[in-house]
Amino acid sequence: MNILIAILVLGIIAALFGALLGYASVRFHVEGDPIVEQLDALLPQTQCGQCGYPGCKPYADAVANGEAINKCAPGGEDTIKKIADLLGVDVQPIDENHEKDKNETNNLPKVAFIIEEDCIGCTKCIQACPVDAILGAAKQMHTILIEECTGCDLCVAPCPVDCIEMRPIPETIQNWQWDLNKIAVKQVG
Amino acid sequence: MTSIIERIRKNKFWHFHGGIHPPEQKQLTTNNPIKHIPLPKQLILPLQQHIGHQGDLLVEVGDKVLKGQALTQSSSPMAVPIHAPTSGVVSAIKKSVIAHPSGLSELCLFIDVDGKDAWRQRKTCQDYTQLSHQEIIKSIADAGIAGMGGAGFPTHIKVSTKSEIDFLIINAAECEPYITADDLLMQEQSEAIVDGIKILDQVLKPTFILIGIENNKPQAITALQKATKNIDKINICVLPTKYPTGGEKQLIKILTGKEINSGSLPIQSGIVVQNVATCFAISDAIIHDIPLIKRVVTLTGQALTNPQNLWALLGTPVSYLLAQTGFIDETIDNPTIATLPAANPPVIMGGPMMGYSISNELVPIVKTSNCILAPSKVEMPSAFDNNSNEMECIRCGQCSDVCPSQLLPQELQWSAKAKDHQQLTKLNLFDCIDCGACAYVCPSQIPLVQYYRIAKAEIRQQQQLDIKADKAKTRFEARKLRLEKEKTVREEKHKKAAAARKAAMSKKNAAGETANSAVAAALARVKAKKEQNKATESQVSSHQEKNDKNSESQIPSGDEKSQVKAAIARAKAKRLAKNDAGNKEIDESHVASSEEIDDEPANTSEKKSQVKAAIARAKAKRLAKNDAGNKEIDESHVSSSEEIDDEPANTSEKKSQVKAAIARAKAKRLAKNDVGNKEIDESHVANDEQNNMAKNEPSAIYNEQAQKENTLDNAAIDKKIRIAAAVAKAKAKVKAKKQQNKLAVTDNEEQVQPNDSRPDNPKPNSEIK
Repeated sequence: MNILIAILVLGIIAALFGALLGYASVRFHVEGDPIVEQLDALLPQTQCGQCGYPGCKPYADAVANGEAINKCAPGGEDTIKKIADLLGVDVQPIDENHEKDKNETNNLPKVAFIIEEDCIGCTKCIQACPVDAILGAAKQMHTILIEECTGCDLCVAPCPVDCIEMRPIPETIQNWQWDLNKIAVKQVG
Repeated sequence: MTSIIERIRKNKFWHFHGGIHPPEQKQLTTNNPIKHIPLPKQLILPLQQHIGHQGDLLVEVGDKVLKGQALTQSSSPMAVPIHAPTSGVVSAIKKSVIAHPSGLSELCLFIDVDGKDAWRQRKTCQDYTQLSHQEIIKSIADAGIAGMGGAGFPTHIKVSTKSEIDFLIINAAECEPYITADDLLMQEQSEAIVDGIKILDQVLKPTFILIGIENNKPQAITALQKATKNIDKINICVLPTKYPTGGEKQLIKILTGKEINSGSLPIQSGIVVQNVATCFAISDAIIHDIPLIKRVVTLTGQALTNPQNLWALLGTPVSYLLAQTGFIDETIDNPTIATLPAANPPVIMGGPMMGYSISNELVPIVKTSNCILAPSKVEMPSAFDNNSNEMECIRCGQCSDVCPSQLLPQELQWSAKAKDHQQLTKLNLFDCIDCGACAYVCPSQIPLVQYYRIAKAEIRQQQQLDIKADKAKTRFEARKLRLEKEKTVREEKHKKAAAARKAAMSKKNAAGETANSAVAAALARVKAKKEQNKATESQVSSHQEKNDKNSESQIPSGDEKSQVKAAIARAKAKRLAKNDAGNKEIDESHVASSEEIDDEPANTSEKKSQVKAAIARAKAKRLAKNDAGNKEIDESHVSSSEEIDDEPANTSEKKSQVKAAIARAKAKRLAKNDVGNKEIDESHVANDEQNNMAKNEPSAIYNEQAQKENTLDNAAIDKKIRIAAAVAKAKAKVKAKKQQNKLAVTDNEEQVQPNDSRPDNPKPNSEIK
């Protein structure tokens, strides 16, 4: 009899908690993975695919599922550091395969530029652009919207006439950076 | 409020935190009047001389401009126009180095001065009190007036406020060492300045007007007091000299005791601050209709023999001004186009605390340039020394003692070096006014303010990048969404097309069966006849059978043979064209007959003439095709040769049918050629298909025929006619099917093929597969 009571009580308690958990899972259901959103916010959004994923969001997804955090070349060390902080893992040096080209004279931010005389209007680059920053139609000359271009490089390879090149963003007064060595503080002696 | 004004009346002011007392060095220029200088040969006017946006150009290269003529027009409220400072010709509009620490080039307008200094039409205003609020603001905007104290904020925006103004503060502090431009302007033009203040009073209707002036300008103070004797509203507040009293927030704090919160504007506290030079420009613009085309510039420093204040037209190159004041430097031979090696000797634009060295002395004077400082080496050794003497921070805390914004310069410095942007923002880096007091007092000679400037620029850059990243993200996601949508639409379409194709297939199958049955019927008839023949004419000789076998054994090499034959036929046709009659024709007929005899020894001379006719036609066709294009020539060769080869024995009826089919195909192809290159390939294929179809069926029948002809000519002719009819029917059906569905062509081909008993299928077939 005692055993029966014990089983009954425990059974009731189990059912109770089961119902509670079931209710909670419905009531506090979370759409999507919030960590993915946070990771996505840290990534540079160039959508370049250098990490091996088709865009920043897919890479954020992958990182949330245990992919290495050191594959984002445009983000560089800064991004790795931020991701490491967020996920509470160790900072890793950037993956060699995903490192920026060291032979390049400078790693200035660049945007794509279409040499318009050479463009044959094949629309291949338009299909490659992840952010729709190329304007044009079939058999019409294409051009790049510099403001929208992320400098991801993806349009360069598909061009059959090699009329796309990556050019550094011209330095203007708006984006000019002070150079500590160039301007000395003037003190009144 | 009244307590504030009472305190002011008693000359008791508040204090702002920190501040320094650097050597003033103003005596270099205070005692000389403002000098009017001769017109320079060329003026360089940057299109953007202030905070905000540049206006749209109104003139072109080669245009003659008059003094005071507007050169740009403002397209946005944050833009103010620029004007021609004197008459002349616009000689160029190109990029040139401008007055900016970066030494970068911006779009500038070059005016070749003609020396006449001819004014545009002006309408001076006798009584500005009659002007409405809007008229005054519009005039200020049209005159291109931007704050002349340093930042260059468009003045018309500052004065077109609707909120109630308690204090209009006129900034006459001029706290930075060396600079005396405002001091001299007040001494010489106090009346005009007071007029400007009155105009501002009329627009803003402030409760009080305070003029903040440091006590190191006694002459200016007396001049102003004299000019404002009869105006009770204007209070001249003589302030103790301290750097940076002239800072907007610092001046407000001293005069009213109010502190402007971080990130908010003085106007939100009911305060408007205007520079004294701006007041002068306003009075000039409203009363005399003189837009902002000149300003007082202090040329100072011990490297000049005659340091002095000058009335400089906007756009005057710095080198010209330096030459006017006796800049000691041998490199200047031609005063207008002299260029110096960068930074040696240094020329500083602005004061010694907040200025920057300019890299090129063609840099023009703009609306905000109040001082050109050319120090000697004794005076300012640090300007000559590019090596930084920076030492470690000793945490003495002097920097935070002098900081007028009450920041923590030392903390900021660590974060700036570590590029910790979050921490910098938390430490209110953007409240730093770049005054340089911290760097001035630093015993370790750390260029603190430079670190802050760099950090500020970096943070701004980062903000821009963040905005851009956000934009890229939304665009990327929008694109993904769009592609997915397109994909589903496409799939839907494919499904529909597949269904349509299936339906067409079933229909076609039915049609194909009838076609097949027609052919089968024809074949059955042929067979029946043959058997009949065999039965009646049992004398079918073994010799003839052998012959048949021979022709069959020749079939594997038929391709080659047919090509050779085609070549011969072509040659023959050519010859035919050359000679109307004669021996050669006979030869030809010999050749032709011999050829035919090879294949069909039983052929009659009738056939020969038919063949000839066919060849002639083929030639004509070929010629026609030659016009269409080179590629087609090959095809036409193939088709014509095929025609000839396959159906030498067929009746002219069939030939004409086949020809008609080819002609149709050709017409189609030509039509398609117009559509585009890619489609040419398709049309080729289609053409080939048609040829094949047209050919396959006759040739299928031909085999039967060849056997048959050996036995009986008459019967053969009968049969031929019937077969031809059947073929024509089948062809018509095939055509109909083709038009129904292009994709079904291959299927169609497969259906027709079983009829083809010849092993040497024409090449195009294999191409299709």
